[in-house]
Amino acid sequence: MANKVEVNADIRYLNPVTVEVKKKKYCRFKKAGIKYVDYKDAEFLKRFLNEQGKILPRRLTGTSLKFQKKVAQAVKRARHLALLPYVTDLLK
Amino acid sequence: MLKSYETVFIATPVLSEPQMKETVSKYVSLIEENKGEVVYEEDWGLKKLAYPIQKKTSGFYHLIEFKAEPAFVETLETQYRRDERIIRFLTFAMDKYAVAYAERRRANRAAKKNETQKAEKFAAKEETANKE
Repeated sequence: MANKVEVNADIRYLNPVTVEVKKKKYCRFKKAGIKYVDYKDAEFLKRFLNEQGKILPRRLTGTSLKFQKKVAQAVKRARHLALLPYVTDLLK
Repeated sequence: MLKSYETVFIATPVLSEPQMKETVSKYVSLIEENKGEVVYEEDWGLKKLAYPIQKKTSGFYHLIEFKAEPAFVETLETQYRRDERIIRFLTFAMDKYAVAYAERRRANRAAKKNETQKAEKFAAKEETANKE
C-alpha cells in the first residue's frame, strides 16, 4: 500500500498536474441587472476599492467596461462629497 | 423641458437646527421660484467627513431631488458658492436609470418606516419571483 502511494507521487512529479481551473469572473452589474451605480452608497462602492482607497482594475473585479466607467465615476463623485477618502490607509 | 436633477450639499457643522432648516428652505424656495419642482428631500444629518474640508471634520448633508430647466443649475451653483454655510456641493443630472433607482430608493425608505408596507412589498416581490 505504502509502495503504491510512492509510485503515485512519482507520477505526479513527472507529469505536473495542470493548474486548477480558475473561477470564471463575471460582471456583477450585468448578472444582477443593475443599471445605475449610486454614488451615495459608499458601502457598496467600497467593494471596488483597495485598502488605500484606490479603484480596483477590471482584471481583478471582472466588471465589464461599461460598468467600470460608471463605478469609477461614482467613486469620484463620492470622493468629492467626502463619502469616500481620496487617500487613506486601511480602508474598511 | 424640465430635467431631473439631484443635488447634495454639505453645510458647516457649526449651524444650529433652525439655521440648518433655514438653509434648506432657502434652496427649496430658490428651486420653486425658478419654475422648478422639488420631487424629494432627504436629510442625512450630521455626518463625519472622509477627509477634512475647510478644517472641518463633519458636516450636515442634505439631498434634494428636483426638476428644473438646465439653465437653472448654474444659478443654483452660484448661490452655493456665495453661501458661506455650504462647504461642498454636487449637482447631478439624472438619466432614466437614476430616476428609476431614486424611486426605488424612496420606496425602500418609506417601507422601512412603515413595517406593514414592507410586508406588502415582500409579498409582491415573492409573487413576481413565483411568476418567473
